[in-house]
Amino acid sequence: MTNGWTDVSNADVILVMGGNPAENHPVGFRFVMEARRKRKAKLVVVDPRFNRTAAVADSYTPMRAGTDIAFLGGLIHYAIENKLYHDEYVKLHTNAPFLVKEGFDFAEGYFSGWDGAAKKYDRASWQYETDAQGFAKVDPALEHPRSVFQLMKKHYARYTPDAVANICGCTAEEFRKAAAVICSTGRADRAGTILYALGWTQHSHAVQLIHTAAMLQLMLGNIGMPGGGINAQRGHANIQGSTDMGSWNNLPGYLKIPRANMATLDDYLKANTPKPLRPNSLNYWGNTPKFMVSLLKAYYGKHAAKENGFAYGNIPKPGETENYGWGQFFDKMHKGGIEGFISFGMNPVANGPNTPKMLDALSKLKWMIVVENFETETAAFWNAKKLGGKFYPTFVDPAQIQTEAFLLPAACFAEKDGAFVNSSRWLQWKRAALPPPGDAKPDQEIMSRLFLAVRDLYAKEGGKAPAPLLEMNWDYTNPRNPSLEEVAREVNGREIAGGRQLNGFGELKDDGSTLCGNWIYSGSWTEAGNMMARRGQDDPTGLGIYPNWSWSWPANRRILYNRAAANAQGQGWDPLRTPLRWDGERWRGDVPDYKADAKPADYGAFIMLPEGVAKLFAADLVEGPFPEHYEPVESPVPNPLHTNVSSNPMATVFHGPLDKLGDAKSYPYVAITYRLTEHFHYWTKHVASGSELQSNFFVELPEELASAKGIEGGDIVRVTSARGSVEGPALVTKRIRPLKVAGQTVYQIGIPIHWGFIGRVRGPLVNNLTPSAYDPNSGTPEYKGFLVNLEKA
Amino acid sequence: MGNTIDRRQFLQSSAVRAGAVVTALGVDLRPAIAAARELKISRTTQTNSVCPYCAVGCSVIIHTLGDKARNVHPTVVHIEGDPDSPVNRGTLCSKGISLKEFVVNDRRLTRPLHRAPGSSEWKPVSWDDAFAKMARLIKDTRDRTFVEKDEQGREVNRLPSVAMIGGCTDTNEINYLLSKFRFGLGILSYENQSRL
Repeated sequence: MTNGWTDVSNADVILVMGGNPAENHPVGFRFVMEARRKRKAKLVVVDPRFNRTAAVADSYTPMRAGTDIAFLGGLIHYAIENKLYHDEYVKLHTNAPFLVKEGFDFAEGYFSGWDGAAKKYDRASWQYETDAQGFAKVDPALEHPRSVFQLMKKHYARYTPDAVANICGCTAEEFRKAAAVICSTGRADRAGTILYALGWTQHSHAVQLIHTAAMLQLMLGNIGMPGGGINAQRGHANIQGSTDMGSWNNLPGYLKIPRANMATLDDYLKANTPKPLRPNSLNYWGNTPKFMVSLLKAYYGKHAAKENGFAYGNIPKPGETENYGWGQFFDKMHKGGIEGFISFGMNPVANGPNTPKMLDALSKLKWMIVVENFETETAAFWNAKKLGGKFYPTFVDPAQIQTEAFLLPAACFAEKDGAFVNSSRWLQWKRAALPPPGDAKPDQEIMSRLFLAVRDLYAKEGGKAPAPLLEMNWDYTNPRNPSLEEVAREVNGREIAGGRQLNGFGELKDDGSTLCGNWIYSGSWTEAGNMMARRGQDDPTGLGIYPNWSWSWPANRRILYNRAAANAQGQGWDPLRTPLRWDGERWRGDVPDYKADAKPADYGAFIMLPEGVAKLFAADLVEGPFPEHYEPVESPVPNPLHTNVSSNPMATVFHGPLDKLGDAKSYPYVAITYRLTEHFHYWTKHVASGSELQSNFFVELPEELASAKGIEGGDIVRVTSARGSVEGPALVTKRIRPLKVAGQTVYQIGIPIHWGFIGRVRGPLVNNLTPSAYDPNSGTPEYKGFLVNLEKA
Repeated sequence: MGNTIDRRQFLQSSAVRAGAVVTALGVDLRPAIAAARELKISRTTQTNSVCPYCAVGCSVIIHTLGDKARNVHPTVVHIEGDPDSPVNRGTLCSKGISLKEFVVNDRRLTRPLHRAPGSSEWKPVSWDDAFAKMARLIKDTRDRTFVEKDEQGREVNRLPSVAMIGGCTDTNEINYLLSKFRFGLGILSYENQSRL
């Protein structure tokens, strides 16, 4: 979240789209209800289902799954056409005035630079026109035909209310009504927020979808504002923290993984340290060398010296264009290219797409290590034929599966200390309440003892490439079971000589004199102690900022981009809702997202970007600098905007024997997966109360479809996709309205997740149905808007 | 605070009412009332924690019975919302309020298990044997498949034949250790729940 849960009550308009917080984040949803009660805020819900959030909303608009970009693009068009955008904000805080190079174009579904043979873009024409010093040229009046503003206006001119209705399936009147409320926040004295979740991230065009939302919020002047922002609700207790600590393509703190062509640390820093694109850009990522060197010192300790590039060579490096993401490595596993697999608390058989392929992939492993609280479908994948029964007709008997498997009992949350980062970016420290049951152990002990056991073998026997392994610093007071407080202090960072804990990332050095495990967490454990365990409840701004409760990354800042909530003179757009203002000498309020003592005119408000302002036009994403509506990989209709380029031309799709895609003729219905408030993911099927409250899998389908098929509520139905099937009782509902799309009627079907073949209650895994299709920027799978057939079982 | 009343005030006012009972009946019922009214959390140890489910980040108080004496294994008797948290102000959802059933649960794994190739069952294994076997498998795979230099002769130090996932359900500190673990071995194929 750019803002946070406690900030939502500052909003005048709350758009909930791609999420259902009343059902899935009920305690966070209280802030929505508080905004309605206190500020008379309007709650607008746009969703395929009339869900529990819609039930208490001021306005509900139905839509077809996978058409969010069309809807949001329509809102951008609506705001421009009706002059509802925040003109002064757009000119001051976005790249709307920037000029784009000649040659940039969009036609027939493709941006300029498309290479049809290579199936990728050359992004050369997506760049700014620059002057002799390398700074982008601008037109402050936004009138130049190649200004971002004019290009954006032209791009979304096609997204009229009628075009939106034709794609999304709502009526043009329903769209206009929602648009009038959402775009009412384009005024200085009004703020609107957006709450989203997996309904936005689980598409083959997910990142562009969220880019569209960010563009809309920038046009309306809502980024940086209390009650504004763009807020991912996030689904797991520490999904934010695990993201912050890096996955395949990131080191901790969003430092990019080095690539094979960056042979030395200097090469890496040159490639990854941006240069300012405007004279007033603070360009904070210019400090990348300090963050990277301090991380290498934390990783490699005394083995990291200036002379050896701080042991940079030890970090594994993918090739320039290689991808080691989820879809790619499970596909490689399926082809027999992975020998070993380690899972700390995840269940890919249940939560990954295309379960039949996942089972097959795991059966090709030589060994597998699963660390868990409960036995999961992944741990017992080799027994899926017996346990999963009819859903896996081609899966083999255990006797034919040669995978050696370990299932290790782990401590649960209550049995460990450490910090979870919530959606508001708050690092909240928890303490261990009791030891784990039986012979179960905390993850840090399991991981450390395994790591040290491998290291011992290398020390004794020698072996291939021992340096990266042996030089990794594991020098904790108790290396076999490190104290998480000690680890947290290392993550915060310290001066190596003397050991003083750092106050924040501003004190990091690039000469090897500081170490820091994650620069964005620097400040979380200072000489004053554990900032994450703080329990202060004071709220001096009255805006729900709570600066002394836990600790928020970065720098305990609670509202990201808060400088943008003020105008060129440093005064709040809305005097009654100002997170930050310039008093002539310093910034008052929240921790400034700006240089603390710099005058309002010194720098652009977006200090992390080389532009110094926010990007409406962004060349960073692989499928274009502006978001465009593309259909899901499986779609009931060709794309009404450009039938020949229907789905995202850059979507990641696999083509193995189990990666089949279906067409609308064989699989005419659109399916979405969703969650229920009584369950958490695939965990609470082990818990009695959740299992009692929602014991049964079911399939939600519209009345009109049920009646056409002769299905009544409670009848057992079978849902089939090109990958697999599920079966369960029909829940016939008015909540999913049939939609008129491109002249035809489209039915949508809702399928809750939560069940599997192991648990107190059992049912089919919904991912038996989902396709191996992914967003090309983030690697999220397309769980919302894939095609199925449905019949009475 | 207006009309709100915190737990301490509630207990105090209950005590006052109990006093009134004595005068009305002329019999001292206080010990019996005190015994009947004693809350199951009255003798517990309270620990501040955070709900492990969604990312709203509700603070919880875990009540354990057992006084932390040597050789006493405490048990969780109650988990409730922490009234001090600005996020949840003492409230929890239907999942959070039943967290005790997650922690104290007869389906929890309590010993390491091993499944031999081709076998159709788990068999218990000691931690020491499990670590020895796993370390051997990891080292053999690493020695056989580690790539020090790519086809162009560039140093890449990667282990392409091992994949690893995890972290979203665990703390920052464990995620950080996982990053050291994987980079130590050379694992690039690493993902967490944020993709899903």
